[in-house]
Amino acid sequence: MSTLETPPPVKMTRLDLMTGFMLVGLFGFGGIAASAYHVIVERRKWLSPKEYASVLGLGQVLPGANLINMTTIIGDRFHGAVGAALALSGLISAPLFILVALAELHDRYAELPDVRAATLAAGAGAVGLTFGTGAKLARNILNSPTAVAFCALTFASIGVMRWPMLQTILVLAPFAAAAGFWRREK
Amino acid sequence: MTGNLLLKMAFIFASTALVSIGGIATMIPEIHRQAVEINGWMTNDVFVSTFAISQIAPGPNILLMSLVGWRVAGVAGLAVATLSTVVPTSLVALAANRAENRLARAAWYATLRKALPPIVVGLILASAFVTARVAVRDWLGVAIALGVALAINLTKVNPLIPLICAVVAGVIAGRLGFFG
Repeated sequence: MSTLETPPPVKMTRLDLMTGFMLVGLFGFGGIAASAYHVIVERRKWLSPKEYASVLGLGQVLPGANLINMTTIIGDRFHGAVGAALALSGLISAPLFILVALAELHDRYAELPDVRAATLAAGAGAVGLTFGTGAKLARNILNSPTAVAFCALTFASIGVMRWPMLQTILVLAPFAAAAGFWRREK
Repeated sequence: MTGNLLLKMAFIFASTALVSIGGIATMIPEIHRQAVEINGWMTNDVFVSTFAISQIAPGPNILLMSLVGWRVAGVAGLAVATLSTVVPTSLVALAANRAENRLARAAWYATLRKALPPIVVGLILASAFVTARVAVRDWLGVAIALGVALAINLTKVNPLIPLICAVVAGVIAGRLGFFG
């Protein structure tokens, strides 16, 4: 079941797994990736930096949240499907409570000018976060005319035309793969 | 009625999550399209505050979906939104983990892995564009967004730090009477 060539280097009970990921969730203010690395590699030493990178790489190519995928995979490697479920519930439960508390607090005081300004600023800041991430990736990834073309097509379909994401991806991804394949064959 | 609503939401979130290559941020335009434009679950203003709160809160960024669910149908909505975003993609991750060695050798997998990143960049930029159109409303908003984008491009700080600076700047500007 596990694809880890060597047995897990550490003893980890199911409870450890759950509490560990609870810590990841709680420390994850503003960028959970850093807190995941901190807990999994540095603090609890469940994975070596190399193993962590490989699990993260797999999590990133799969659909869905990178960290959710990574949590699922680590849970599975140590304790199978049950481990995955425990790790996920550990990761999500505490942030969900904080989230709802924040939302209720916001709604109660939404009319206050300070809260309104803070929310608007946080929204604009979050846009900047997404844009900054996209720009950073673009610099590394858009290194050929084909890459730029597929990026632009995706941006126009989703951002400008507002076409449904499911259909857009199901159409664009095979074309992108075919283009990549054709270039390699040439 | 509520059952239908929950079922519809589960289908939308699960199917979108399953094609959200490159992370959850790529789902945001579709969630906005569904929640505000198609189904009218919330106004643009509520979407903006929901988006902002989910970005400030600690935890994985599926929290936006959870909070949309909470806004739509309370605790049941929160549970359905969270589970439908997490469970189907986690099952895919579970299967992929168990087939990793076979996957790594498959030619189609390597081709797809190389082909998808430009689409991911397009999705993330589209996400920034769509959220900018609803969440950035004046020049100070533009300045804040660009400031945060620059900060995370030029430095390696925890993204929460520029976000907190943005909030503080917004509150100060609001007090001075030109924001909010």
